Amino acid sequence: MTAKTPTVSRRRALIGAAGLAVLGAPAIARAQATAGRLVIVGGGFAGATAARASRERFPNVAVTLIEPESSFVTCPYGNLVLAGRDADLSRVTHRYDKLLARGVTKISQNAASIDPVAKTVRTAGGQTVPYDKLIVAPGIDIKWNAIKGYDEAASRVMPHAWKPSLQPVTALSERLKAMPDGGVFILSAPANPFRCPPGPYERASMVAEYLKANKPRSKVLILDAKDGFSKQPLFLAAWKQLYGDMVEWVGSDKEGRVVAVDPAAMTVETEFGKKHKGDVINIVPPQQAARIARESGLTGTGDWAAIDTRTFESKAVRDVFVIGDANAAPPMPKSGFVANSTAIRAATVAGAQMTGAAIPKAIYFNTCYSHVGKDYGISVAGVYRPNEDGSKIDEAPNSGGISAREATPDIRAGEATYADGWYQSITNYMFG
Amino acid sequence: MRIRTVALLAGLAVAAAASPATAQVPPVAANGCLMCHGVQGQGANGIPAIMRVQSRAEFTTTMKLFAENKKPGTIMGRIARGYTDEDLAELAAWFGKP
Ligand SMILES: Cc1cc2nc3c(=O)[nH]c(=O)nc-3n(C[C@H](O)[C@H](O)[C@H](O)COP(=O)(O)OP(=O)(O)OC[C@H]3O[C@@H](n4cnc5c(N)ncnc54)[C@H](O)[C@@H]3O)c2cc1C
Ligand code: HEC
Repeated sequence: MTAKTPTVSRRRALIGAAGLAVLGAPAIARAQATAGRLVIVGGGFAGATAARASRERFPNVAVTLIEPESSFVTCPYGNLVLAGRDADLSRVTHRYDKLLARGVTKISQNAASIDPVAKTVRTAGGQTVPYDKLIVAPGIDIKWNAIKGYDEAASRVMPHAWKPSLQPVTALSERLKAMPDGGVFILSAPANPFRCPPGPYERASMVAEYLKANKPRSKVLILDAKDGFSKQPLFLAAWKQLYGDMVEWVGSDKEGRVVAVDPAAMTVETEFGKKHKGDVINIVPPQQAARIARESGLTGTGDWAAIDTRTFESKAVRDVFVIGDANAAPPMPKSGFVANSTAIRAATVAGAQMTGAAIPKAIYFNTCYSHVGKDYGISVAGVYRPNEDGSKIDEAPNSGGISAREATPDIRAGEATYADGWYQSITNYMFG
Repeated sequence: MRIRTVALLAGLAVAAAASPATAQVPPVAANGCLMCHGVQGQGANGIPAIMRVQSRAEFTTTMKLFAENKKPGTIMGRIARGYTDEDLAELAAWFGKP
Protein backbone atom coordinates (compact mmCIF):
# COMPACT_ATOMS: atom_id res chain seq x y z
CA MET A 1 0.00 0.00 0.00
CA THR A 2 2.51 2.64 -1.10
CA ALA A 3 1.59 6.22 -1.86
CA LYS A 4 0.55 6.62 -5.45
CA THR A 5 2.00 9.37 -7.58
CA PRO A 6 -0.36 12.34 -7.71
CA THR A 7 -3.01 11.87 -10.35
CA VAL A 8 -3.22 14.22 -13.26
CA SER A 9 -6.29 15.87 -11.84
CA ARG A 10 -4.54 16.42 -8.54
CA ARG A 11 -1.55 18.02 -10.29
CA ARG A 12 -3.87 20.24 -12.25
CA ALA A 13 -5.74 21.19 -9.11
CA LEU A 14 -2.51 22.03 -7.34
CA ILE A 15 -1.51 24.36 -10.13
CA GLY A 16 -4.85 26.15 -9.88
CA ALA A 17 -5.15 29.23 -7.69
CA ALA A 18 -6.93 27.35 -4.91
CA GLY A 19 -4.12 24.83 -4.76
CA LEU A 20 -1.29 27.34 -4.50
CA ALA A 21 -1.83 28.02 -0.83
CA VAL A 22 -1.31 24.38 0.11
CA LEU A 23 1.49 23.58 -2.32
CA GLY A 24 4.28 23.87 0.22
CA ALA A 25 2.74 21.77 2.92
CA PRO A 26 1.89 18.61 0.97
CA ALA A 27 5.41 18.61 -0.45
CA ILE A 28 6.70 18.21 3.11
CA ALA A 29 4.05 15.66 4.02
CA ARG A 30 4.86 13.63 0.92
CA ALA A 31 8.55 13.74 1.69
CA GLN A 32 8.09 11.91 5.02
CA ALA A 33 4.98 9.98 4.20
CA THR A 34 5.51 6.75 2.41
CA ALA A 35 3.00 4.42 4.01
CA GLY A 36 -0.16 5.95 2.64
CA ARG A 37 -2.52 8.89 2.53
CA LEU A 38 -5.16 9.52 5.17
CA VAL A 39 -7.70 12.16 4.24
CA ILE A 40 -10.04 13.53 6.90
CA VAL A 41 -13.20 15.45 6.07
CA GLY A 42 -14.18 17.80 8.91
CA GLY A 43 -11.95 19.24 11.63
CA GLY A 44 -14.24 19.14 14.66
CA PHE A 45 -14.07 16.91 17.74
CA ALA A 46 -13.81 13.77 15.62
CA GLY A 47 -11.69 15.01 12.71
CA ALA A 48 -9.18 17.08 14.69
CA THR A 49 -8.68 14.18 17.10
CA ALA A 50 -8.16 11.72 14.24
CA ALA A 51 -5.57 14.02 12.68
CA ARG A 52 -3.51 14.26 15.85
CA ALA A 53 -3.90 10.58 16.72
CA SER A 54 -2.68 9.56 13.28
CA ARG A 55 0.32 11.91 13.31
CA GLU A 56 1.37 10.59 16.72
CA ARG A 57 1.00 6.95 15.85
CA PHE A 58 1.99 6.80 12.20
CA PRO A 59 4.56 9.45 11.28
CA ASN A 60 4.87 8.05 7.79
CA VAL A 61 1.19 8.36 6.97
CA ALA A 62 0.38 11.67 5.24
CA VAL A 63 -2.63 13.40 6.82
CA THR A 64 -4.74 15.87 4.87
CA LEU A 65 -7.57 17.64 6.69
CA ILE A 66 -10.36 19.13 4.59
CA GLU A 67 -12.18 21.73 6.70
CA PRO A 68 -13.50 25.08 5.45
CA GLU A 69 -13.31 27.05 8.71
CA SER A 70 -10.09 28.74 9.82
CA SER A 71 -10.90 28.13 13.48
CA PHE A 72 -13.16 25.69 15.30
CA VAL A 73 -15.85 26.84 17.73
CA THR A 74 -16.89 24.11 20.16
CA CYS A 75 -20.48 23.50 21.22
CA PRO A 76 -19.29 22.44 24.70
CA TYR A 77 -18.94 25.48 26.95
CA GLY A 78 -20.97 27.61 24.54
CA ASN A 79 -23.89 27.46 26.96
CA LEU A 80 -21.80 29.37 29.51
CA VAL A 81 -22.14 32.45 27.31
CA LEU A 82 -25.90 32.31 27.96
CA ALA A 83 -25.32 32.39 31.71
CA GLY A 84 -23.20 35.49 31.21
CA ARG A 85 -20.19 33.66 32.65
CA ASP A 86 -18.32 34.11 29.37
CA ALA A 87 -18.74 37.44 27.60
CA ASP A 88 -17.86 36.15 24.15
CA LEU A 89 -16.75 33.10 22.19
CA SER A 90 -13.02 33.39 22.92
CA ARG A 91 -12.89 30.41 25.29
CA VAL A 92 -14.63 28.14 22.79
CA THR A 93 -12.68 29.23 19.69
CA HIS A 94 -9.63 27.19 18.70
CA ARG A 95 -7.12 27.66 15.91
CA TYR A 96 -5.65 24.90 13.76
CA ASP A 97 -2.02 26.15 13.82
CA LYS A 98 -0.72 23.61 16.29
CA LEU A 99 -2.39 20.74 14.49
CA LEU A 100 -0.74 21.93 11.28
CA ALA A 101 2.59 22.14 13.08
CA ARG A 102 2.22 18.42 13.77
CA GLY A 103 2.49 17.86 10.03
CA VAL A 104 -1.17 17.94 9.04
CA THR A 105 -1.94 19.49 5.66
CA LYS A 106 -5.15 21.53 5.72
CA ILE A 107 -7.25 22.30 2.70
CA SER A 108 -9.58 25.10 3.75
CA GLN A 109 -12.54 24.20 1.61
CA ASN A 110 -15.68 22.13 1.87
CA ALA A 111 -15.53 18.58 0.62
CA ALA A 112 -18.13 18.48 -2.13
CA SER A 113 -18.16 14.80 -3.13
CA ILE A 114 -16.43 11.47 -2.66
CA ASP A 115 -15.54 9.07 -5.46
CA PRO A 116 -15.17 5.69 -3.73
CA VAL A 117 -13.98 3.95 -6.89
CA ALA A 118 -11.24 6.40 -7.83
CA LYS A 119 -10.73 6.94 -4.08
CA THR A 120 -10.72 10.71 -4.27
CA VAL A 121 -12.46 13.59 -2.53
CA ARG A 122 -13.49 16.55 -4.64
CA THR A 123 -13.48 19.91 -2.88
CA ALA A 124 -15.90 22.75 -3.47
CA GLY A 125 -13.02 24.64 -5.09
CA GLY A 126 -12.53 21.85 -7.59
CA GLN A 127 -9.46 20.20 -6.11
CA THR A 128 -9.22 16.39 -6.32
CA VAL A 129 -7.64 14.84 -3.25
CA PRO A 130 -6.65 11.16 -3.46
CA TYR A 131 -6.80 8.91 -0.42
CA ASP A 132 -5.84 5.42 0.63
CA LYS A 133 -8.09 5.70 3.72
CA LEU A 134 -10.78 8.32 4.23
CA ILE A 135 -12.23 9.46 7.53
CA VAL A 136 -15.55 11.27 7.23
CA ALA A 137 -16.27 13.45 10.28
CA PRO A 138 -18.59 16.27 9.21
CA GLY A 139 -20.97 16.35 12.20
CA ILE A 140 -24.65 17.17 11.77
CA ASP A 141 -27.05 19.08 9.59
CA ILE A 142 -30.35 20.48 10.78
CA LYS A 143 -33.43 18.72 9.38
CA TRP A 144 -35.23 21.78 8.14
CA ASN A 145 -39.04 21.62 8.16
CA ALA A 146 -39.10 18.43 10.24
CA ILE A 147 -40.87 20.81 12.61
CA LYS A 148 -43.41 22.52 10.37
CA GLY A 149 -42.28 26.05 9.51
CA TYR A 150 -38.84 25.66 11.00
CA ASP A 151 -36.61 26.56 8.07
CA GLU A 152 -33.46 28.60 7.81
CA ALA A 153 -35.42 31.89 7.81
CA ALA A 154 -37.35 30.84 10.93
CA SER A 155 -34.07 29.96 12.65
CA ARG A 156 -33.01 33.59 12.42
CA VAL A 157 -36.00 34.48 14.60
CA MET A 158 -36.00 31.34 16.71
CA PRO A 159 -32.32 30.35 16.89
CA HIS A 160 -31.15 26.77 17.22
CA ALA A 161 -27.55 27.69 18.08
CA TRP A 162 -26.77 23.96 17.86
CA LYS A 163 -24.09 24.14 15.17
CA PRO A 164 -21.66 27.01 15.76
CA SER A 165 -20.43 27.30 12.17
CA LEU A 166 -24.04 27.82 11.07
CA GLN A 167 -25.30 29.84 14.03
CA PRO A 168 -23.23 30.66 17.12
CA VAL A 169 -24.70 30.66 20.61
CA THR A 170 -24.43 34.47 20.60
CA ALA A 171 -27.47 34.52 18.28
CA LEU A 172 -29.38 33.27 21.31
CA SER A 173 -27.60 35.23 24.05
CA GLU A 174 -28.36 38.51 22.27
CA ARG A 175 -32.07 37.71 22.36
CA LEU A 176 -31.87 36.58 25.95
CA LYS A 177 -30.27 39.89 26.95
CA ALA A 178 -33.04 41.82 25.19
CA MET A 179 -35.80 39.77 26.84
CA PRO A 180 -37.95 41.68 29.38
CA ASP A 181 -38.13 40.57 33.01
CA GLY A 182 -41.18 38.36 33.34
CA GLY A 183 -40.67 36.95 29.85
CA VAL A 184 -40.82 33.31 28.80
CA PHE A 185 -37.85 31.49 27.32
CA ILE A 186 -39.02 28.42 25.40
CA LEU A 187 -36.65 25.59 24.54
CA SER A 188 -37.90 22.86 22.23
CA ALA A 189 -35.93 19.60 22.66
CA PRO A 190 -35.88 16.87 19.98
CA ALA A 191 -36.46 13.12 20.08
CA ASN A 192 -33.43 10.78 20.24
CA PRO A 193 -30.92 10.46 18.73
CA PHE A 194 -29.47 13.96 18.50
CA ARG A 195 -26.24 15.84 19.23
CA CYS A 196 -25.50 15.96 22.97
CA PRO A 197 -28.38 14.36 24.91
CA PRO A 198 -27.85 16.47 28.07
CA GLY A 199 -27.15 19.64 26.03
CA PRO A 200 -30.67 21.13 25.97
CA TYR A 201 -30.98 20.75 29.74
CA GLU A 202 -27.58 22.28 30.46
CA ARG A 203 -28.65 25.13 28.20
CA ALA A 204 -31.94 25.60 30.08
CA SER A 205 -29.90 25.66 33.30
CA MET A 206 -27.52 28.33 32.05
CA VAL A 207 -30.45 30.43 30.86
CA ALA A 208 -32.03 30.08 34.31
CA GLU A 209 -28.78 31.11 35.98
CA TYR A 210 -28.79 34.31 33.92
CA LEU A 211 -32.48 35.00 34.48
CA LYS A 212 -32.34 34.41 38.22
CA ALA A 213 -29.60 37.03 38.54
CA ASN A 214 -30.97 39.52 36.02
CA LYS A 215 -34.68 38.95 35.30
CA PRO A 216 -35.98 36.87 38.20
CA ARG A 217 -39.68 37.03 37.26
CA SER A 218 -39.03 35.17 34.01
CA LYS A 219 -39.67 31.53 33.12
CA VAL A 220 -37.89 28.77 31.25
CA LEU A 221 -40.28 26.35 29.57
CA ILE A 222 -38.81 23.17 28.08
CA LEU A 223 -41.11 21.49 25.58
CA ASP A 224 -39.80 18.02 24.87
CA ALA A 225 -40.39 15.42 22.15
CA LYS A 226 -39.28 12.75 24.67
CA ASP A 227 -40.83 11.53 27.89
CA GLY A 228 -37.48 11.37 29.63
CA PHE A 229 -33.97 12.76 29.20
CA SER A 230 -30.30 12.43 30.10
CA LYS A 231 -29.45 12.86 33.83
CA GLN A 232 -33.14 13.69 34.35
CA PRO A 233 -33.38 13.12 38.14
CA LEU A 234 -30.26 15.20 38.70
CA PHE A 235 -31.43 18.09 36.55
CA LEU A 236 -34.94 18.12 38.02
CA ALA A 237 -33.67 18.13 41.60
CA ALA A 238 -31.06 20.81 40.86
CA TRP A 239 -33.55 23.09 39.09
CA LYS A 240 -35.89 22.93 42.06
CA GLN A 241 -33.06 23.63 44.49
CA LEU A 242 -31.36 26.39 42.50
CA TYR A 243 -34.20 28.04 40.60
CA GLY A 244 -37.42 27.15 42.44
CA ASP A 245 -40.28 27.11 39.92
CA MET A 246 -38.47 29.04 37.22
CA VAL A 247 -37.70 25.98 35.06
CA GLU A 248 -40.59 23.82 33.87
CA TRP A 249 -40.13 20.64 31.82
CA VAL A 250 -43.02 19.24 29.80
CA GLY A 251 -42.44 15.76 28.36
CA SER A 252 -44.02 14.26 25.26
CA ASP A 253 -46.56 12.38 27.39
CA LYS A 254 -47.82 15.80 28.60
CA GLU A 255 -48.07 17.22 25.08
CA GLY A 256 -44.54 18.59 25.06
CA ARG A 257 -43.64 17.69 21.49
CA VAL A 258 -43.41 20.76 19.26
CA VAL A 259 -44.76 20.06 15.77
CA ALA A 260 -44.94 23.56 14.24
CA VAL A 261 -43.56 27.06 14.72
CA ASP A 262 -44.88 30.49 13.79
CA PRO A 263 -41.97 32.95 13.85
CA ALA A 264 -44.17 35.99 13.12
CA ALA A 265 -46.43 35.27 16.10
CA MET A 266 -43.51 33.95 18.20
CA THR A 267 -45.47 30.81 19.01
CA VAL A 268 -44.78 27.10 18.91
CA GLU A 269 -47.49 24.50 18.56
CA THR A 270 -47.45 21.13 20.32
CA GLU A 271 -48.87 17.81 19.21
CA PHE A 272 -52.56 18.37 19.96
CA GLY A 273 -52.73 21.96 18.81
CA LYS A 274 -51.80 23.88 21.95
CA LYS A 275 -49.89 27.09 21.23
CA HIS A 276 -47.21 28.53 23.50
CA LYS A 277 -46.01 32.11 23.14
CA GLY A 278 -42.41 32.86 23.97
CA ASP A 279 -40.31 36.00 24.26
CA VAL A 280 -37.22 34.05 23.24
CA ILE A 281 -37.61 30.72 21.48
CA ASN A 282 -34.77 28.24 21.07
CA ILE A 283 -35.55 25.33 18.80
CA VAL A 284 -33.15 22.40 19.15
CA PRO A 285 -34.34 20.78 15.95
CA PRO A 286 -34.24 17.19 14.68
CA GLN A 287 -30.89 16.44 13.06
CA GLN A 288 -29.18 14.17 10.55
CA ALA A 289 -25.66 13.37 9.41
CA ALA A 290 -24.12 16.29 7.53
CA ARG A 291 -24.67 16.47 3.78
CA ILE A 292 -21.34 15.04 2.59
CA ALA A 293 -22.08 11.82 4.51
CA ARG A 294 -25.63 11.61 3.17
CA GLU A 295 -24.71 12.36 -0.43
CA SER A 296 -21.84 9.87 -0.51
CA GLY A 297 -24.05 6.86 0.15
CA LEU A 298 -22.84 6.50 3.72
CA THR A 299 -26.25 6.86 5.36
CA GLY A 300 -28.31 4.70 3.00
CA THR A 301 -31.94 5.68 3.43
CA GLY A 302 -31.50 6.66 7.09
CA ASP A 303 -30.26 9.78 8.82
CA TRP A 304 -26.95 8.38 10.16
CA ALA A 305 -24.06 6.34 8.78
CA ALA A 306 -23.92 2.63 9.64
CA ILE A 307 -20.49 1.52 10.86
CA ASP A 308 -18.68 -1.62 11.99
CA THR A 309 -18.50 -1.04 15.72
CA ARG A 310 -15.04 -2.64 15.94
CA THR A 311 -13.35 -0.21 13.57
CA PHE A 312 -15.80 2.58 12.64
CA GLU A 313 -15.44 1.62 8.98
CA SER A 314 -18.51 2.39 6.92
CA LYS A 315 -20.73 -0.59 6.24
CA ALA A 316 -21.57 0.90 2.85
CA VAL A 317 -18.31 2.16 1.35
CA ARG A 318 -14.88 0.49 1.48
CA ASP A 319 -11.85 2.25 2.95
CA VAL A 320 -14.07 4.92 4.50
CA PHE A 321 -14.53 5.48 8.24
CA VAL A 322 -17.35 7.57 9.71
CA ILE A 323 -16.80 9.03 13.17
CA GLY A 324 -18.47 11.60 15.40
CA ASP A 325 -22.09 12.70 15.36
CA ALA A 326 -22.59 11.60 11.72
CA ASN A 327 -22.71 7.89 12.55
CA ALA A 328 -25.11 5.68 14.49
CA ALA A 329 -23.27 4.04 17.41
CA PRO A 330 -25.85 3.40 20.12
CA PRO A 331 -25.89 3.19 23.07
CA MET A 332 -23.09 5.75 22.95
CA PRO A 333 -24.31 9.35 22.86
CA LYS A 334 -23.43 11.84 20.14
CA SER A 335 -20.87 13.67 22.25
CA GLY A 336 -17.54 15.35 21.77
CA PHE A 337 -15.92 12.78 24.03
CA VAL A 338 -17.29 9.84 22.01
CA ALA A 339 -16.22 11.61 18.81
CA ASN A 340 -12.72 11.87 20.30
CA SER A 341 -12.61 8.31 21.54
CA THR A 342 -13.84 6.74 18.31
CA ALA A 343 -11.59 9.05 16.25
CA ILE A 344 -8.56 7.59 17.98
CA ARG A 345 -9.89 4.16 17.09
CA ALA A 346 -10.47 4.99 13.42
CA ALA A 347 -7.04 6.63 13.08
CA THR A 348 -5.43 3.61 14.74
CA VAL A 349 -7.17 1.10 12.48
CA ALA A 350 -6.65 3.14 9.30
CA GLY A 351 -2.97 3.60 10.13
CA ALA A 352 -2.53 -0.07 10.94
CA GLN A 353 -4.16 -1.07 7.66
CA MET A 354 -1.81 1.20 5.70
CA THR A 355 1.38 0.32 7.56
CA GLY A 356 0.73 -3.33 8.29
CA ALA A 357 0.87 -2.76 12.05
CA ALA A 358 -1.23 -4.91 14.38
CA ILE A 359 -4.66 -3.59 15.37
CA PRO A 360 -5.04 -3.33 19.15
CA LYS A 361 -8.26 -4.04 21.06
CA ALA A 362 -11.06 -1.47 21.12
CA ILE A 363 -12.38 0.45 24.12
CA TYR A 364 -14.63 3.49 23.77
CA PHE A 365 -15.23 6.06 26.44
CA ASN A 366 -17.58 8.90 27.27
CA THR A 367 -18.08 11.50 29.92
CA CYS A 368 -20.46 14.44 29.54
CA TYR A 369 -20.32 17.07 32.23
CA SER A 370 -23.16 19.57 32.54
CA HIS A 371 -23.16 22.87 34.38
CA VAL A 372 -26.45 23.35 36.19
CA GLY A 373 -25.63 26.43 38.24
CA LYS A 374 -22.82 28.22 40.00
CA ASP A 375 -20.52 25.61 41.62
CA TYR A 376 -22.97 22.91 40.57
CA GLY A 377 -21.86 20.32 38.03
CA ILE A 378 -23.12 16.82 37.20
CA SER A 379 -21.88 14.12 34.86
CA VAL A 380 -22.64 10.91 33.02
CA ALA A 381 -19.89 8.45 32.13
CA GLY A 382 -19.64 5.22 30.15
CA VAL A 383 -17.04 2.64 29.10
CA TYR A 384 -17.94 0.67 25.97
CA ARG A 385 -16.66 -2.18 23.84
CA PRO A 386 -17.73 -3.50 20.43
CA ASN A 387 -19.19 -6.99 20.24
CA GLU A 388 -17.44 -9.74 18.35
CA ASP A 389 -18.98 -9.28 14.92
CA GLY A 390 -19.03 -5.48 14.97
CA SER A 391 -22.82 -5.28 14.94
CA LYS A 392 -23.29 -3.51 18.28
CA ILE A 393 -21.66 -1.81 21.21
CA ASP A 394 -21.97 -2.94 24.82
CA GLU A 395 -21.56 -0.79 27.89
CA ALA A 396 -19.21 -2.37 30.44
CA PRO A 397 -21.39 -3.94 33.16
CA ASN A 398 -21.78 -2.20 36.54
CA SER A 399 -19.86 0.82 35.32
CA GLY A 400 -20.66 4.32 34.14
CA GLY A 401 -23.92 6.11 34.82
CA ILE A 402 -24.79 9.45 36.34
CA SER A 403 -23.49 11.34 39.40
CA ALA A 404 -24.84 10.33 42.81
CA ARG A 405 -28.39 11.58 43.41
CA GLU A 406 -27.60 12.52 46.98
CA ALA A 407 -24.42 14.52 47.17
CA THR A 408 -22.89 17.22 49.31
CA PRO A 409 -22.38 20.70 47.82
CA ASP A 410 -18.64 20.12 47.58
CA ILE A 411 -19.19 17.10 45.30
CA ARG A 412 -21.32 19.22 42.94
CA ALA A 413 -18.79 22.05 43.15
CA GLY A 414 -16.02 19.56 42.47
CA GLU A 415 -17.71 18.33 39.31
CA ALA A 416 -18.14 21.90 38.07
CA THR A 417 -14.38 22.44 38.55
CA TYR A 418 -13.45 19.12 36.96
CA ALA A 419 -15.67 19.93 33.98
CA ASP A 420 -13.37 22.87 33.25
CA GLY A 421 -10.41 20.48 33.56
CA TRP A 422 -12.02 18.12 31.03
CA TYR A 423 -12.64 20.97 28.59
CA GLN A 424 -9.03 22.15 28.87
CA SER A 425 -7.62 18.65 28.42
CA ILE A 426 -9.69 17.54 25.45
CA THR A 427 -9.33 20.81 23.54
CA ASN A 428 -5.62 20.73 24.34
CA TYR A 429 -5.44 17.27 22.80
CA MET A 430 -7.14 18.46 19.62
CA PHE A 431 -5.73 21.93 19.20
CA GLY A 432 -2.84 22.31 21.67
CA MET B 1 -2.44 -18.22 33.07
CA ARG B 2 -4.59 -17.78 30.00
CA ILE B 3 -5.39 -14.26 31.00
CA ARG B 4 -1.72 -13.53 31.39
CA THR B 5 -0.96 -14.85 27.91
CA VAL B 6 -3.70 -12.70 26.48
CA ALA B 7 -2.34 -9.69 28.34
CA LEU B 8 1.09 -10.42 27.01
CA LEU B 9 -0.18 -10.73 23.46
CA ALA B 10 -2.17 -7.54 23.80
CA GLY B 11 0.95 -5.82 25.07
CA LEU B 12 2.88 -7.11 22.09
CA ALA B 13 0.20 -5.88 19.73
CA VAL B 14 0.49 -2.41 21.24
CA ALA B 15 4.26 -2.57 20.98
CA ALA B 16 4.06 -3.75 17.38
CA ALA B 17 1.72 -0.93 16.46
CA ALA B 18 4.36 1.53 17.59
CA SER B 19 7.27 2.13 15.27
CA PRO B 20 10.45 3.34 17.04
CA ALA B 21 9.38 6.96 16.55
CA THR B 22 6.03 6.34 18.23
CA ALA B 23 7.01 4.19 21.19
CA GLN B 24 5.29 6.76 23.42
CA VAL B 25 1.74 5.87 22.33
CA PRO B 26 -0.41 5.11 25.39
CA PRO B 27 -2.31 1.83 25.70
CA VAL B 28 -5.87 1.84 24.37
CA ALA B 29 -7.37 1.88 27.88
CA ALA B 30 -5.55 5.15 28.67
CA ASN B 31 -7.00 7.22 25.84
CA GLY B 32 -10.10 8.25 27.79
CA CYS B 33 -8.09 9.06 30.92
CA LEU B 34 -5.95 11.60 29.06
CA MET B 35 -8.90 13.72 27.99
CA CYS B 36 -9.49 14.58 31.67
CA HIS B 37 -6.15 14.06 33.39
CA GLY B 38 -4.28 15.86 30.59
CA VAL B 39 -2.46 14.59 27.54
CA GLN B 40 0.62 13.80 29.65
CA GLY B 41 -1.41 12.75 32.71
CA GLN B 42 -0.23 15.99 34.29
CA GLY B 43 -3.62 16.94 35.78
CA ALA B 44 -5.97 19.80 34.87
CA ASN B 45 -7.94 22.29 36.95
CA GLY B 46 -8.29 20.14 40.04
CA ILE B 47 -8.30 16.78 38.26
CA PRO B 48 -5.22 15.21 39.86
CA ALA B 49 -1.95 14.40 38.11
CA ILE B 50 -1.61 10.63 37.60
CA MET B 51 1.54 10.25 35.50
CA ARG B 52 4.33 8.71 37.60
CA VAL B 53 2.68 9.80 40.84
CA GLN B 54 2.11 6.36 42.36
CA SER B 55 3.99 3.09 42.02
CA ARG B 56 2.38 0.52 39.73
CA ALA B 57 1.13 -1.43 42.73
CA GLU B 58 -0.27 1.67 44.43
CA PHE B 59 -1.91 2.77 41.19
CA THR B 60 -3.60 -0.61 40.78
CA THR B 61 -4.79 -0.52 44.38
CA THR B 62 -6.17 2.99 43.91
CA MET B 63 -8.14 1.92 40.85
CA LYS B 64 -9.51 -1.13 42.66
CA LEU B 65 -10.54 0.97 45.65
CA PHE B 66 -12.37 3.37 43.32
CA ALA B 67 -14.09 0.42 41.64
CA GLU B 68 -15.24 -0.97 44.98
CA ASN B 69 -16.46 2.44 46.17
CA LYS B 70 -13.90 2.30 48.96
CA LYS B 71 -12.16 5.47 47.86
CA PRO B 72 -14.35 8.56 47.73
CA GLY B 73 -14.61 10.55 44.54
CA THR B 74 -17.02 12.21 42.16
CA ILE B 75 -16.53 10.00 39.12
CA MET B 76 -13.62 7.57 39.33
CA GLY B 77 -15.68 4.73 40.78
CA ARG B 78 -18.02 4.78 37.78
CA ILE B 79 -15.00 4.84 35.45
CA ALA B 80 -12.77 2.28 37.17
CA ARG B 81 -15.50 -0.38 37.11
CA GLY B 82 -15.41 -0.33 33.30
CA TYR B 83 -11.91 -1.77 33.00
CA THR B 84 -10.71 -5.38 33.20
CA ASP B 85 -7.71 -6.59 35.19
CA GLU B 86 -5.82 -6.77 31.93
CA ASP B 87 -6.66 -3.12 31.19
CA LEU B 88 -5.66 -2.11 34.72
CA ALA B 89 -2.28 -3.81 34.30
CA GLU B 90 -1.64 -1.86 31.10
CA LEU B 91 -2.77 1.36 32.77
CA ALA B 92 -0.50 0.74 35.75
CA ALA B 93 2.43 0.08 33.40
CA TRP B 94 1.76 3.34 31.60
CA PHE B 95 0.95 5.66 34.50
CA GLY B 96 2.75 4.01 37.44
CA LYS B 97 6.26 4.75 38.59
CA PRO B 98 8.55 2.05 37.21
C1 LIG C 1 -24.94 23.01 23.40
C2 LIG C 1 -24.05 21.81 23.26
C3 LIG C 1 -23.28 21.38 24.32
C4 LIG C 1 -22.46 20.28 24.20
N1 LIG C 1 -21.72 19.89 25.27
C5 LIG C 1 -20.94 18.79 25.20
C6 LIG C 1 -20.15 18.38 26.30
O1 LIG C 1 -20.15 19.02 27.36
N2 LIG C 1 -19.39 17.28 26.18
C7 LIG C 1 -19.34 16.56 25.02
O2 LIG C 1 -18.62 15.57 24.96
N3 LIG C 1 -20.08 16.94 23.94
C8 LIG C 1 -20.86 18.02 23.99
N4 LIG C 1 -21.61 18.42 22.89
C9 LIG C 1 -21.61 17.56 21.69
C10 LIG C 1 -20.44 17.84 20.74
O3 LIG C 1 -20.40 19.20 20.40
C11 LIG C 1 -20.56 17.01 19.49
O4 LIG C 1 -20.87 15.68 19.82
C12 LIG C 1 -19.27 17.04 18.69
O5 LIG C 1 -19.05 18.35 18.21
C13 LIG C 1 -19.29 16.05 17.52
O6 LIG C 1 -18.09 16.10 16.84
P1 LIG C 1 -18.03 15.95 15.25
O7 LIG C 1 -16.57 16.03 14.90
O8 LIG C 1 -18.84 14.82 14.81
O9 LIG C 1 -18.77 17.25 14.69
P2 LIG C 1 -18.31 18.77 14.79
O10 LIG C 1 -17.56 18.98 16.04
O11 LIG C 1 -19.51 19.59 14.53
O12 LIG C 1 -17.28 18.96 13.59
C14 LIG C 1 -17.66 18.80 12.26
C15 LIG C 1 -16.72 19.61 11.39
O13 LIG C 1 -16.87 19.21 10.02
C16 LIG C 1 -16.85 20.34 9.20
N5 LIG C 1 -17.56 19.98 7.96
C17 LIG C 1 -18.88 19.74 7.79
N6 LIG C 1 -19.14 19.42 6.51
C18 LIG C 1 -17.96 19.46 5.86
C19 LIG C 1 -17.58 19.24 4.50
N7 LIG C 1 -18.48 18.92 3.56
N8 LIG C 1 -16.27 19.37 4.18
C20 LIG C 1 -15.36 19.69 5.13
N9 LIG C 1 -15.66 19.93 6.41
C21 LIG C 1 -16.95 19.81 6.76
C22 LIG C 1 -17.50 21.42 10.02
O14 LIG C 1 -17.10 22.71 9.58
C23 LIG C 1 -17.01 21.10 11.43
O15 LIG C 1 -15.81 21.79 11.74
C24 LIG C 1 -22.41 19.55 22.98
C25 LIG C 1 -23.20 19.97 21.91
C26 LIG C 1 -24.01 21.08 22.04
C27 LIG C 1 -24.82 21.52 20.87
C1 HEC D 1 -14.16 12.60 33.33
C2 HEC D 1 -12.86 12.91 33.82
C3 HEC D 1 -11.95 11.76 34.21
C4 HEC D 1 -11.60 10.68 33.45
C5 HEC D 1 -12.04 10.35 32.02
C6 HEC D 1 -10.68 9.90 34.24
N1 HEC D 1 -10.51 10.49 35.45
FE1 HEC D 1 -9.30 9.79 36.97
N2 HEC D 1 -9.94 11.30 38.17
C7 HEC D 1 -10.86 12.24 37.83
C8 HEC D 1 -11.24 12.98 39.00
C9 HEC D 1 -12.25 14.11 39.04
C10 HEC D 1 -10.49 12.45 40.08
C11 HEC D 1 -10.61 12.80 41.56
C12 HEC D 1 -11.43 11.72 42.24
C13 HEC D 1 -12.93 11.81 41.84
O1 HEC D 1 -13.53 12.87 41.99
O2 HEC D 1 -13.49 10.78 41.38
C14 HEC D 1 -9.67 11.39 39.51
C15 HEC D 1 -8.76 10.63 40.25
C16 HEC D 1 -7.96 9.65 39.72
C17 HEC D 1 -6.93 8.93 40.43
C18 HEC D 1 -6.49 9.17 41.86
C19 HEC D 1 -5.38 10.16 41.88
C20 HEC D 1 -4.98 10.53 43.27
O3 HEC D 1 -3.84 10.98 43.41
O4 HEC D 1 -5.80 10.40 44.19
C21 HEC D 1 -6.39 8.03 39.57
C22 HEC D 1 -5.26 7.06 39.85
C23 HEC D 1 -7.11 8.18 38.32
N3 HEC D 1 -8.03 9.16 38.44
C24 HEC D 1 -6.85 7.41 37.20
C25 HEC D 1 -7.61 7.47 36.03
C26 HEC D 1 -7.47 6.54 34.94
C27 HEC D 1 -6.46 5.42 34.87
C28 HEC D 1 -8.40 6.89 34.01
C29 HEC D 1 -8.72 6.20 32.70
C30 HEC D 1 -9.07 4.81 32.79
C31 HEC D 1 -9.10 8.05 34.51
N4 HEC D 1 -8.61 8.36 35.74
C32 HEC D 1 -10.11 8.71 33.81
C33 HEC D 1 -11.39 12.49 36.56
C34 HEC D 1 -11.27 11.62 35.48
